[in-house]
Amino acid sequence: MALLQVSGSPHVHTEESVKKIMWTVIIALVPTMIFSFLFFGLQAIVLTLVAVVSCVFFEWIIQKYLLKITPTITDGSAIITGILLAFNLPSNLPWWIVIIGALVAIGLGKMVYGGLGNNLFNPALVGRVFLLISFPQQMTTWPKPHHWFTQATTLSDATTGATPLGIIKSGLAQGHDVSQLMETLPSYAQMLLGERGGSLGEVAALAIIAGGIFMLIRKVISWHIPVAFIGTAFIFAAMMHWINPGLYIPPSYHILSGGLLLGAVFMATDMVTSPMSNWGKIIFGVGCGLLTIIIRVAGSYPEGVSFAILIMNAFVPLINKGFKPKRFGSQKIKA
Amino acid sequence: MKYFSVLLDNLTKKCYFCKPKILFLINLNSVKTFRLGGIHPENNKFAHSSQIEEFPLPTQAVLYATQHLGAPSTVVVAKGDKVKVGQLLAKGEAFISANLHSPYSGTINKIDAVADITGYKKTAIVIDVEGDEWEDDIDKSPEIKREIRLSPAEIIEKIKEKGIVGLGGACFPTHVKFMVPQGKKAEYMIINAAECEPYISIDNRVMLERTEEFLIGACILRDALQLPTLHIGVEHNKAEAIEKLTQTAKNYQGVEIHTLRTKYPQGAEKQLIKAITGREVPSGKLPIDVGCIVNNVCTSYAVYEAVQKNKPLISNFLSYTGKSIQTPKNYLVRLGTPIQNIIEANGGLPEDTEKLISGGPMMGKAIANRDAFTSKGFSCLLIINNKEGKRKESINCIRCGKCVEACPMGLEPYLLAPLSEAARWEDMEKEHVMDCIECGCCQFSCPSSRPLLDHIRLGKNKTGAMIRARNTK
Repeated sequence: MALLQVSGSPHVHTEESVKKIMWTVIIALVPTMIFSFLFFGLQAIVLTLVAVVSCVFFEWIIQKYLLKITPTITDGSAIITGILLAFNLPSNLPWWIVIIGALVAIGLGKMVYGGLGNNLFNPALVGRVFLLISFPQQMTTWPKPHHWFTQATTLSDATTGATPLGIIKSGLAQGHDVSQLMETLPSYAQMLLGERGGSLGEVAALAIIAGGIFMLIRKVISWHIPVAFIGTAFIFAAMMHWINPGLYIPPSYHILSGGLLLGAVFMATDMVTSPMSNWGKIIFGVGCGLLTIIIRVAGSYPEGVSFAILIMNAFVPLINKGFKPKRFGSQKIKA
Repeated sequence: MKYFSVLLDNLTKKCYFCKPKILFLINLNSVKTFRLGGIHPENNKFAHSSQIEEFPLPTQAVLYATQHLGAPSTVVVAKGDKVKVGQLLAKGEAFISANLHSPYSGTINKIDAVADITGYKKTAIVIDVEGDEWEDDIDKSPEIKREIRLSPAEIIEKIKEKGIVGLGGACFPTHVKFMVPQGKKAEYMIINAAECEPYISIDNRVMLERTEEFLIGACILRDALQLPTLHIGVEHNKAEAIEKLTQTAKNYQGVEIHTLRTKYPQGAEKQLIKAITGREVPSGKLPIDVGCIVNNVCTSYAVYEAVQKNKPLISNFLSYTGKSIQTPKNYLVRLGTPIQNIIEANGGLPEDTEKLISGGPMMGKAIANRDAFTSKGFSCLLIINNKEGKRKESINCIRCGKCVEACPMGLEPYLLAPLSEAARWEDMEKEHVMDCIECGCCQFSCPSSRPLLDHIRLGKNKTGAMIRARNTK
């Protein structure tokens, strides 16, 4: 101790770090991951591993050889991108498509903007939407999950099939009524536990909610986005259902089906690509909820969460500009 | 109820999961706080229960001629003069200025430029200390004088004459605060006893050991404004002090004690006013615009001594503390004592010292010059060890919004810092940078360890200069 350090205040710092935040998110993703392994077996494990390893690898190689900076793969953000990408894919997707997805997610979704913190769009969703447009066939056939909890009667024995939303979309196109279709769909209990067709991470609603609560307690996310997202989707879907129950499915089924919960809890709440102020977050969530339902009922894709979040991501800079936090001292003096 | 909340606070420190919920419960009871932002740094009040000791006199002392915020004072003594304790050394002649009195008896060795704690050379008076002979009109007896004899105008004159400045850290001349501008009215006299900075425990000790003197001093300030009530805000981690104050205040009329939540920056002027009165000081305005005048605990004590004992501000209460300090101390130190003396009296600096801080860890100044001397408002000599003091390497902003959440002024540090880096002062002004109170909450809470406040402070200075230049045109 010969020299004293001199710097501006503050001289102490929180224990919190980016690494800790990222690992908290990873822990929050674990229950959903376990459920996906239970339902889709070895295929799911392999797919998740391929996605994570390739995301980390691409981040490392791009930073080291293309950008020539010190790789930051230890911060855990590439691992999250990998897991979230895997969660958005059907378990029987060929491994090479997963690798392409990882390259797009990390390369086009994140690194071209300047790495962690600078990306405009959620990297995992960029990867997913790229794959959905490039490989529509592989991306929309889902294997049926194992039946661990309930004895399935309504699901057929086929090894692959559409998601509940897909069944509704094609059923409606063939002129069926929603109430007829609902009988062929998984029950609410099955939806909650995850016995239905779908991507790896979107099937087990309870596990996603558990992860969300964990992140809320650890203050990694705030309630604003998930509540605004799910709440808006619910209200909007309820209005549609009320207007024409024959054409539109009940709102609670909307919430549990597809990637809405996964999107609302893990994807829309991504710190980098969501607004800063609380009101901004609520506007963001409302926009996501509205767009999701509009795409689901009016668009040609059965599912709209990814597009909704990506579209709202693009609005984030504008929202940040328009919705400032409440300033101290902005109120008038009371006479 | 307050014991209950202190107990809960201690319990929940260990349990991460129930903390938010329990804090919510505390919010529901009588504990007051400000709403926007704020953080919970480690309390580290190690010196909480160390008795105040008088620090021995040095053989040679150096007094910076200007120890306050405002116009410099003029030195009124010359080399070779003999001085007594309490004799005027430098006179504050401008409106915002303060007097300085000699804390020692002895001979003026020289008047020279001496480096202060930041290493910047300032005019200073060097005194060779000989004995301890006081001016005759100073009452040195320990007897407590309760009766307030002076009129409001006389009190303010006395405060001015005895060189009292705000001892919370800013050293703003106290008498100026009491000159209420035309058309404005003081409605609240608030004593800031929050002591929200971690480590510092000196207000707590003064409240415990000099309870009556402090209360009388506060009452004098209240009487100077001719107000019926005095409001004292204390954070609820000082339960003992709250208890003692409540007991003692029973003998005094019109003293109201508010328990505040332990949350940084509870003791920031604007936040304290909000917590106690519910009023919000508008952007760019002063506390007096909402009818409030805020003073610190040690200032009140100094006012008591000045008004009742005729004693000028010649000494400072000071905590000597830090994580690596074996026995944290609280001292009563005469102004102009070498910092080195305090360190050596405690066995030198510990091996793992990273920084020396004058003040608290959140807003204190890092000491660049160990050979400097204590001055008015030097409330804590804090030794930061290399474990907590080393800055982590800063990485990309991940836009988590923790700084926005933490900012008690509702600003957006994540936005202000890059604006400052890009030298866009006009844009910074639009983003209300001048409202920044430099509390450090943003930088403290940044998970990417970005030097947010460094940039914002620079930007605030530059923007302020730009605004002043525009106004003088």
